Amino acid sequence: MIRSTILVSGDPISLSRGAEETKLAIEAELSFYGLEDEVQVGYTGRVNRTDVLPVVVVYPEGTVYGPVTPRDGSEIVEEHLYKGRVVDHLTVAAEIAAAEIDTLGELSDTLYGQKRIVLRRAGLIDPYSIDDYIAEDGYFALATALTDMTPDDVLQTVKNSNLQGRGGAGFPTGLKWSFVAQQAEPTRYIVCNADESEPGTFKDRLIIEGDPHSVLEGMALSGYAVGAHEGWIYIRGEYVMARDILNRAIAQAEEMNLLGDGILGSDFSFHIHVHAGAGAYICGEETALLNSLEGQRGIPRIRPPYPTVSGFRGMPTVVNNVETLANVAPIVLNGADWFRAIGTNRSPGTKVYTMLGDVNITGLVETPMGTTLREIIDIYGGGVKDGKAFKAAQTGGSSGTIIPADLLDVPMDFASMQEKGAGLGSGALLVCDEDTDIVDLAYVLVRFFMTESCGKCTPCRVGNVQMLESLERLRKGMARRSDLERLEEIADFVQQSSFCGLGQAAPVPILTGLRYFRDEFEARLRA
Amino acid sequence: MKSLEELQKIKERALERRRLAGEGSRARVVVAMGTCGIAAGARDTMTAILGELEKRQIADVVVTQTGCVGLCEYEPIVQVQVGDQDMVTYGNIDTDRVSTLVEEHVVGGEPVEKWLVRK
Repeated sequence: MIRSTILVSGDPISLSRGAEETKLAIEAELSFYGLEDEVQVGYTGRVNRTDVLPVVVVYPEGTVYGPVTPRDGSEIVEEHLYKGRVVDHLTVAAEIAAAEIDTLGELSDTLYGQKRIVLRRAGLIDPYSIDDYIAEDGYFALATALTDMTPDDVLQTVKNSNLQGRGGAGFPTGLKWSFVAQQAEPTRYIVCNADESEPGTFKDRLIIEGDPHSVLEGMALSGYAVGAHEGWIYIRGEYVMARDILNRAIAQAEEMNLLGDGILGSDFSFHIHVHAGAGAYICGEETALLNSLEGQRGIPRIRPPYPTVSGFRGMPTVVNNVETLANVAPIVLNGADWFRAIGTNRSPGTKVYTMLGDVNITGLVETPMGTTLREIIDIYGGGVKDGKAFKAAQTGGSSGTIIPADLLDVPMDFASMQEKGAGLGSGALLVCDEDTDIVDLAYVLVRFFMTESCGKCTPCRVGNVQMLESLERLRKGMARRSDLERLEEIADFVQQSSFCGLGQAAPVPILTGLRYFRDEFEARLRA
Repeated sequence: MKSLEELQKIKERALERRRLAGEGSRARVVVAMGTCGIAAGARDTMTAILGELEKRQIADVVVTQTGCVGLCEYEPIVQVQVGDQDMVTYGNIDTDRVSTLVEEHVVGGEPVEKWLVRK
């Protein structure tokens, strides 16, 4: 007679982390104790917290264990099934145990088992139709907030969710909002950073083109939480179609009283304007963006004061990325615990990646935080193109880190990547196969930064030219060892002393390239 | 405060409009028209689909658009739903594939297996 059931998560991510071996170990241990006729073993879907995969669920109790190695699997059989004691040190946190476990059948329906929060409607609804958005629960988070929640409730919900900014830095969104909410100045603004000029990054454009109202709703909720009544979307000038879609979406929402004065019969008003950039990379930096938005030259401001204190027009301003804002409505609707049961303990939720380069399937991938780069390339990218070997990946766009194969198994969340000296950045994943020349890659990237340096500070303005010249000599076989040392010295100097993020990040590809692929640089030296 | 009730009413009207739009139609064809889709030729695909339906004098098929589904590699992407069947996703639907797609799936009701995107 069957008295218990043990299920092991059998989704692609769990399998890549040894779920099959765990299942075999459990079965072996069961037969050792002669329990094979009383306990059945099978596969199930996964929980969406990647840091506990693979999980093992023991029914009828419903105890969730994770992550479970084969050895842990044997321990669970001995302790829980044979002796009847829950193995406390292997159980997962309460919010994970309470979250639903996806069935394997459901997973196969969600594009290779992606977990979609931000992109859940993209590619399914008509972005020109507000009816489509509302029919899929659109604006219900805003209506719920206006009906049942105080601004502080909304703020606390976002704070408790541990949502981190998806623009690259990973700053806690709720904390940023609270800085603005506590200012004495009553006029506040919400600014959505849709400048997305990092080469290789196109997630924000596709979020807007696929589901524009999700961004508008996020902005309105942010405005409600911090007491702002006006919002601006600063959108990259080249995004003509996304801009058109946004303008139409705003007009439709205003017509239905979902934006504008006295939203849905409440006394909360919120207006959104769209402002197009003119093609400068620097304007993705939030203070340069604010200058540009005010009609001034797009160069960074000194910080502090931070935009939360003195931002747009000198008023307290929330500047959030498109993807960050698109996460807000689902969090308000489903609660902070729901969100924290996805991703990892330190970085909850999902991340949208744009995958490009030498992979079989390029495009957008949304997956829980903490999925490893190897899993993303193998499961969602269909592996490296033409069966070639993986050499390096650049994570986070042109200013991102170049990482070697040794780091393929680092969980991709803000904290874990940082510990390894790598960055998650904007979510661009440039995959390079064995034929890629790292020196050439560094050269192309530095040329980009030299062109885009705004010229405000000397280290960035002059340093990028110097770095480019060094790389040029290296590529021509004219550089000596002293040139390479000098390149490294300048790169370090530019990183340490530049005024804003552009200059601080520009040398990152060179520095990480040198750290992991130094022999390639040295091979180009003059004999 | 009655914001939620207001929105509920708006939602019901939206659902009603969508039901009326789909009423009496035998199939729904959705073309992905994000920037990636358009760059890959989705506008031509859309025009070809409309032309093919007109040529065959089919008036009861709803043709709409959507954004990017994330599979940029497979653009132009076209989704087809016939009657109550599940919606299926096709990849790389260039203009020369449109005629076959309409004939076999929209008219014939049989999905064209070889062009389906593996999920």
